[in-house]
Amino acid sequence: MATWDWQVFCRDTVTSEQQSGCFGQGGDITYLDWMLSAWGWTLSVAALALVVALVVGSLVGIARTTPSRAAVFLGNAWTELFRNIPLLVQIFLWYHVIPSLITPLREVPSFVLVVLALGFFTSARISEQVKAGIQSIPRGQLHAGLAMGLSLPQTYRYVLLPVAFRVVIPPLTSESMNIVKNSSVAFAVSIAELTLFALQAQEETSRGIEIYLAVTGAYFVSAFAVNRVALFIEQRVQIPGTLGAAQ
Amino acid sequence: MTLDFTFLTWQLLSSYVLKGLIFSIQLTLVAMIGGIALGTVIALMRLSGKPWLAAPAAAYVNTLRSIPLVMVILWFFLLIPLITGKPLGAEWSAVITFTVFEAAYYSEIMRAGIQSVPRGQVHAGYAVGMSYGQTMQLIVLPQAFRNMLPVLLTQTIILFQDTSLVYAIGAYDLLKGFEVAGKNFNRPVETYLVATLVYFVICFSLSMLVRRLQKRIQIIR
Repeated sequence: MATWDWQVFCRDTVTSEQQSGCFGQGGDITYLDWMLSAWGWTLSVAALALVVALVVGSLVGIARTTPSRAAVFLGNAWTELFRNIPLLVQIFLWYHVIPSLITPLREVPSFVLVVLALGFFTSARISEQVKAGIQSIPRGQLHAGLAMGLSLPQTYRYVLLPVAFRVVIPPLTSESMNIVKNSSVAFAVSIAELTLFALQAQEETSRGIEIYLAVTGAYFVSAFAVNRVALFIEQRVQIPGTLGAAQ
Repeated sequence: MTLDFTFLTWQLLSSYVLKGLIFSIQLTLVAMIGGIALGTVIALMRLSGKPWLAAPAAAYVNTLRSIPLVMVILWFFLLIPLITGKPLGAEWSAVITFTVFEAAYYSEIMRAGIQSVPRGQVHAGYAVGMSYGQTMQLIVLPQAFRNMLPVLLTQTIILFQDTSLVYAIGAYDLLKGFEVAGKNFNRPVETYLVATLVYFVICFSLSMLVRRLQKRIQIIR
């Protein structure tokens, strides 16, 4: 195998000349600049999709535990629909199919469409966990809330959800790490994120191993950072007196 | 725009899509069998209690589980020709990648399965004079496998969905078949819709089957 050539990251993306200082000057960019911006896109897609997934997934998960049969049915249908179609197919659906059927969506940038696709895909998984979290709370808590005169939404807001959300933090952590990994599928619709950078830079420079190692490292660091943040949140919101609180 | 599905004939489906469907199913089955076999070995290594076996197994699992599958596919497509010295088609590269990648996930399931078998079962095996290998093969693994069957099958459904990611290296799978048909007949919207339906029907009916199996296994236990 050939020797390492990490200098590839200091090359100009147009002229292939080495740039001193590794960053492009005056409008030109090096491969390092390109990779950092791609990393930014990966993190933006993942972060925004996570927000969508958490909001939608929580609502769907809550709906699936309510006494309303219609809400349960709709929640189940949502979860089955988004769980049983491959993510890549869903992304193609949002990118190629939906804008041509619903014409106003043609103006929407593809970045937003990918965020929605990844967010809804993940919302199905999050709804499962939120549902399981709510169902793990003894039914007596619900009845106690109702018996005290709280309405059903109030019982959810003040009794069930504060506990349920703490219970589901560990599975939500791994879902958050998955969303960083799954954002790589966005390369298929030309979002300038890390995987697309890896594919294109590898082709242009023929230094595939260095490029792939750097990109893989970036994914590692991102997922690890998500893990640390989630652990911090988990410890901050720990219910005193429960198992795992004492550390 | 109006949708027009009339161009979708059986003849078109069998000439474009069938080849891809067969590849997707083959890839899923090979990666499932190979992945469960390799994953079981890795799980046994991790539970062996010997650091020189457990450490590399843990490293294997943790590394593969922290890299996006698309990157793993690209890595293997780049590395296999460098190691073997000759180019390997996208299809074969995909088979190797998915077997190696899924083994990491299957091994976590098998590890949980093995740990779910009561310790007394192992002691009982030793007490009747069985060796470690015999105890594992005849007592622990059959129970672990049976307990984890629904989870293993659920993972296989995820694996089937993930096979669409061979798009990254241009292998001809189910999705690619629909895409090529859509390009040739200039009807991409319709073909993507039918592709979605096909994936949904396959995955949804399989997950219904797994759910029924899960209920039956629960009753027996």
